[in-house]
Amino acid sequence: MSKKKLFSFLGGIKLAHRKEYSSEKAIAPLPMPKKLILPLRQSAGSLPAPIVQVGEKVNKGQCLAAAEGWISASLHAPTSGTIRDIGDYPIAHPSGLVAPCIVIEADGEDAWGERQPLLEHADSERLDPETVQRYLQSMGVVGMGGAVFPSHVKLSKAPGVPLETLIVNGAECEPFITCDDRLMRERAAEIVSGIIFLAELLEAKESVVAIEDNKPEAAAAMRAALAARLEATANHIRVVVIPAVYPAGSLKQLIYTLTGKRAPAGVLPPQLGVQCFNTATVYAIWQAVARGEPVISRIVTVTGNVGRPGNLEVPLGASVADVLQYAEARPESDGCLVGGPMMGFLLPDYDAPIGKGANCLIARSPQFFPHKAPESPCIRCTNCAQACPQGLLPYEMYWWSRARDFAKAERHNLQECIECGCCSYVCPSSIPLVQYFRFAKDALRTAATKKEMADQARERFEFRQFRAEREKTERTQKLAQAAKQQSAKLAAENANAAPAEDLDETRKQALIAAAIERVAGERAKVGCDEGANATEAALAPNHGNSA
Amino acid sequence: MEILVAISVMALGALVLGSAIGYAAIRFKVEGDPVVEKINAILPQTQCGQCSYPGCKPYAEAIARGEAEINLCPPGGDEGVHQLSELLGREYKPLAEESQTEKKASVALIDEADCIGCTLCIQACPVDAILGAAKQMHTVIIPLCTGCELCIAPCPVDCIAMKPLPETPENWEWPYPQIDKSPDAATHAPMPTAAADIQ
Amino acid sequence: MNPFSAPYLHRPTSVNRSMNLVLVALLPGILVYLTLFGSALIVQIFIASVSALFFEALLLYWRGRPVRERLSDHSALVTAWLIALTFPPLSPWWLTVIGVFFAIVVAKQLYGGLGQNPFNPAMIAFAVCIIAFPALMSQWPAQGLNLPFREQAEIIFGLAPRLDALTSATPLDAIKTALKTDALYDNLQKLLMNQNLYGTFAGRGWEWVTTAYLCGGVFLLIMGVITWHVPVAFIVSMSAIAFICWLIEPSRFANPLFHLFSGGAMLGAFFIATDPVSGCATPRGKLIFGAGAGLLAYLIRVFGSFPDGIAFSVLIMNMTAPLLDLYCQPKVFGALPSMPVKKDLAAKVKEEESP
Repeated sequence: MSKKKLFSFLGGIKLAHRKEYSSEKAIAPLPMPKKLILPLRQSAGSLPAPIVQVGEKVNKGQCLAAAEGWISASLHAPTSGTIRDIGDYPIAHPSGLVAPCIVIEADGEDAWGERQPLLEHADSERLDPETVQRYLQSMGVVGMGGAVFPSHVKLSKAPGVPLETLIVNGAECEPFITCDDRLMRERAAEIVSGIIFLAELLEAKESVVAIEDNKPEAAAAMRAALAARLEATANHIRVVVIPAVYPAGSLKQLIYTLTGKRAPAGVLPPQLGVQCFNTATVYAIWQAVARGEPVISRIVTVTGNVGRPGNLEVPLGASVADVLQYAEARPESDGCLVGGPMMGFLLPDYDAPIGKGANCLIARSPQFFPHKAPESPCIRCTNCAQACPQGLLPYEMYWWSRARDFAKAERHNLQECIECGCCSYVCPSSIPLVQYFRFAKDALRTAATKKEMADQARERFEFRQFRAEREKTERTQKLAQAAKQQSAKLAAENANAAPAEDLDETRKQALIAAAIERVAGERAKVGCDEGANATEAALAPNHGNSA
Repeated sequence: MEILVAISVMALGALVLGSAIGYAAIRFKVEGDPVVEKINAILPQTQCGQCSYPGCKPYAEAIARGEAEINLCPPGGDEGVHQLSELLGREYKPLAEESQTEKKASVALIDEADCIGCTLCIQACPVDAILGAAKQMHTVIIPLCTGCELCIAPCPVDCIAMKPLPETPENWEWPYPQIDKSPDAATHAPMPTAAADIQ
Repeated sequence: MNPFSAPYLHRPTSVNRSMNLVLVALLPGILVYLTLFGSALIVQIFIASVSALFFEALLLYWRGRPVRERLSDHSALVTAWLIALTFPPLSPWWLTVIGVFFAIVVAKQLYGGLGQNPFNPAMIAFAVCIIAFPALMSQWPAQGLNLPFREQAEIIFGLAPRLDALTSATPLDAIKTALKTDALYDNLQKLLMNQNLYGTFAGRGWEWVTTAYLCGGVFLLIMGVITWHVPVAFIVSMSAIAFICWLIEPSRFANPLFHLFSGGAMLGAFFIATDPVSGCATPRGKLIFGAGAGLLAYLIRVFGSFPDGIAFSVLIMNMTAPLLDLYCQPKVFGALPSMPVKKDLAAKVKEEESP
């Protein structure tokens, strides 16, 4: 295999890897907890809709909530048991807020339901991508690296752009995390099968498994597994060891490192002829298509201030507390991080469940996370700009975010920030830069939503006014017409009555007066009824007023 | 003689410049009154009438004519007043006293058990966000409701109440970082340990 | 609980550490200075440090800022030391205090304290004092001033009379005077040859002080406190203009080496123009900033009416810094020239690769 040149992105930081606590611990299953809380929100996009009732018995792997819309993924029962509740519970989120969840009480039998692997009867070469996409959506496969974007969506290619490089992301660049490392070491054969499946399905010209140079064992295991498969050579699949510079595993940076292609804002990887999947996602895809097992568990690294660090295969819905107890978290720990220390979050509530994107739990203590100095003024030392892998100017973005001038912050490309945390890491003034950026981004998002709603409200209000106006004119026209008819009738009557010479002038006058009065009266009534007319029109906007 | 030359030079200059300005006025004429649109874009479009004008656009027009103050819009909040003052170069004023309380974003909710189907709220809603027919139960289309509260007063059975929009993980916002306070000062729940489990 | 965001890991670094490193980097220069020009400097450093800390603490207290926390960042000490090093060592104590007052109170704290000052505080001090007290600010000692420490201190504190004989024109000054005065013009050639004044390569005595500054500056570069852009651009631009002038008329203009190693050139290139707060922050901006400061410093010191041009050149470049930064925005990773988010900025700012 030819060695290709690697590109090194600007910025980034060298971090202590601190993977040694858990990297030698084999993957072990977490004992099935009694109660599982499954948030419906397990992927980006729209929430799946529950298709089970409270009290219903479910089997392991049975679909609990079906995907709604294209960017959505289904949710399945991690074990057999009874649905106890469908309602709001705290989820693993920095806010500590509640969200809709399905609660299962495990019956301890862990009995599988019916499994229908996609590949059991079909030959992978004859599968069309859409079938696979539908299947993966129904199996709840999402990005397991943390972004939880539904994987089936990423199987769509950009029209007219052939897939040059399929990237399998085994970089795992954040400190502490070892779940992908262990997965590659222990289950390399399944991952390789998954890569071959994807490479053939997407007709990738070449596939690259990117592994940071601090995981030589994983690289060796993957190489051995690739060597054992003839299809691997046929599909030009190779392992590439990349330098361990944080954030090497970030999508744009990884694509650049391997291919030299820079993805501009708003351009999706397939448009550059690249697609990228996490190793754990590839594994999940293979489990689904070959064994018919939906995503019901994930490997979670539990490390930090715990007595028994390791890599656990955790059923979805197990609470963080379950995992921490199993890992013997030390009582003096002051909090638990979900995800890595650079991009994860501090969990407000230990009862929150493990979801599809939770790759790591770190019990926090000053020993692992020394206390940070209080914030001091920015001196524009530009360490942040030198560290930024996106080529941004964090000190400018900070300046404007702090002043709540979000438009200016946006002008300094705030939205390009990937929140990798490099800037905050190097800041000598201990400024929580990333939080300022998240604050500003969220404020911008809310403002955009508000603007959209205001525009919609304005349109609806203006249309309502226009309609009221239209009805008023229609109404007057109708009345005018009626008046005309009346006077015509009167004229006709007059004409008819003309021969009768005895019809005197006073009677004529009285008739006209009566008509005018009637019209005037009706006009006044219209004035009062305008609202009512509008209402009726609202209910049947295409029909004229019948009153 | 010199005076005449001076005067004629000045007159000529005035003529040339004047015609240039006149030409520019015609050539670059601005259609309509964009300032009304700009003001209207800042207003929150709740159409609530709390400014005493029948909707946001009329209020925008009144501001543009210089008839209305810029601080009459409670749903737009302080932020809105600031934006208006910046746009129009008018001095910032805090929200007018009677409308000083800024409320949390809310939507109207009809208690469907009590609704008698009188259509009065439907007539009151400025954005057609209430669905229903005479003698049928009505309901609020929540995503369309601007929270203007105009439907509350007309309801003869008082079955409409304002309900604040719940905070969810989706609409939650990261707070402004606390300055001069070490984040490590944050307190945490005790770690769930095996010992705690036994208890 | 108030959530706080990732990252939860931090490099063990602080503003205090950067400032301390700057102080350490100044030490070699100070030591050479002390050996060659007498111990008066130590008194000046003491006066400047004490008064800087006093003014800083007072203003922080009035402004309601955490005094102890902000004082301990040592940024006031850096300003104080730079003032002590740029003022003549025998200047009276009150001159130094006035300088420090303008630096800390007017230039720094009144603009909002650390991180907010648009101008380099130490250079403001120098500019104010050289305009207000030109004579006092020009009394530089000759090398080998062998007055005992006590006598020097007495001069500084006004207890002993100031002796004009103690001081002499700096090499820079001597050459400038010669350049402007026809009578002395003929002597310029001799002047440049005069070992007593000119020293081995750039001003007797001062050449070693500035060499020591250069060493300190290289130390700062290695420690990552400053980036290479400003010093390199400063030195290159000053050498270039000096070289051109020297090439045209070597009998009138001193060689580039002389200019680089006399006066405040090295101090300016590594310690003053690199001030992050008042300088440029973008890489290209820093290059232009350094180059402009070097060029202006040469023009002012050779053709202007002040003995050295560092202070004014840096202050002028400080004024341009925000604009330079605006025009030197680096390219975002993967950005296309037609990125919508940059559109209105792109109208004003030419996109270019960051170096």
